[in-house]
Amino acid sequence: MNKDLKAHMIEVLKQGKRFDNRKHDEFRDIKIEKGVVKTAEGSARVSVGGTTVLAGIKLSIGSPYPDRPEEGTIITNVELSPMANPEFESGRPGIDSVEMSRVVDRGIRESKAIDLKGLGIDKGESCWLVNIDVVAINDEGNIKDAASLAALAALTDTKFPEVKDGTINYKKKTKKGLDLSKQPISVTVLKIGDDFIVDPTIQEERAIDARLTVSTLKNKSICALQKGEESPLSFDDVQKMVDLGVKTGAKIRKKVK
Amino acid sequence: MAYKKRLDGRKPGELRPITAKAGVIDRADGSAYFKIGNTAAYATVYGPRELHPRFLRNPKKGLLRCEYRMMPFSGMGDRVRPGYNRRSKEISMVTEKALSPVVDLSDFPNSVVDVFIDLPETDAGSRCAGICAASIALADAGIPMKDLVVALAAGKVDDMVLVDPNYDEEAYDAEVADIPIAVIPSTNEISLLQMDGIIKKTDLKKAMKLGLKATDKIYKIQRAALKDKYKGGKK
Repeated sequence: MNKDLKAHMIEVLKQGKRFDNRKHDEFRDIKIEKGVVKTAEGSARVSVGGTTVLAGIKLSIGSPYPDRPEEGTIITNVELSPMANPEFESGRPGIDSVEMSRVVDRGIRESKAIDLKGLGIDKGESCWLVNIDVVAINDEGNIKDAASLAALAALTDTKFPEVKDGTINYKKKTKKGLDLSKQPISVTVLKIGDDFIVDPTIQEERAIDARLTVSTLKNKSICALQKGEESPLSFDDVQKMVDLGVKTGAKIRKKVK
Repeated sequence: MAYKKRLDGRKPGELRPITAKAGVIDRADGSAYFKIGNTAAYATVYGPRELHPRFLRNPKKGLLRCEYRMMPFSGMGDRVRPGYNRRSKEISMVTEKALSPVVDLSDFPNSVVDVFIDLPETDAGSRCAGICAASIALADAGIPMKDLVVALAAGKVDDMVLVDPNYDEEAYDAEVADIPIAVIPSTNEISLLQMDGIIKKTDLKKAMKLGLKATDKIYKIQRAALKDKYKGGKK
């Protein structure tokens, strides 16, 4: 971003305002539609302002890790598909997409929001694999938080398919779902100049100095953190950012259900 | 078992329900959503823009580049691994060939028009849905075109010649043929033709005729989607 525009943005932020008239801690409108993809076991389309992502859950049966014979596995993947943004390229996933996949994954895994033991089928032999795939449809900033919301919404929409003699009949869904009452939600807090904001637009993302993704649970405990970008943060910065992340997470959680 | 009645109750020449919308992805220069039965396709167009890699550049005209991709959760069975495979590469290529006769890129030397076709859910006929969406998206992007392209699958299940087979029909335990066709309506030229399965020459002719008859309905829906976006001078 050019120097003058960034200086102007910092000036505006100092006055407590943003280019699109939002407050620093204000999210754009969140829209969640579940059950939008029939071929998936669970799905959700989430938009945050103009940003749209689509999440789908595929369940399959595989073998458990040797060191965790009683547990199932979750695998998370965020696709920054070139349809969503002229800067995204096709081909192998870039570092942004890998980081995003890992951050969404940690939010769900470390929160223990999914009972992995409950995904075991036959000890040491077979277990459920939960594939969480999030595809960016239209990027107008903050794909990260939209992806984490979509993953959660799609997981709550998931119904296990029927299993007969070890093979899955994808056409028949049972009533069994996944328990996600802990509701892990991540909020990315951006530092631009000396100000902190949430839910950035593309323009704000270009002006970013540092960011901190804060994943929280319903009981307000923190289940994952990830700092990103160039600038280091002071101890006080971190406290402020965590605080903003936790508060914003609680606000969003009310909208989710 | 003789196939007398279609599994979902349609008549042989009847298409599944269709919805189409132009301009669904704001970041793109042009975009469209096309859904036929449970097969859905997004098409996004970016360009004309700078072409990489350089050796593909043509100083006489721009390049039309299509990419067909199934989303990981879009298959009827297991998860589809993202990224290129032989199937998606081939479909991307035939999609390009199906669309390029109507697209005129002679005003954009050395550049590329990228068309991304992304499928959130599929139930057979995905390449045809992709082509239908792509031609709406190209028009939405303002790319010079002679016409839209309409694509659909004709087919045969046991003794019945039909159009737009769904997945269950393609998997039916009998002699089955699947014939994807793309047509340029103004000239009645065929720009894509493939066939999988077993069919007699006379039935192929019948199936193609039945397919061509059904293209008109899709063509109307495609044009309506474009008109709908620009209705009242909005956007």
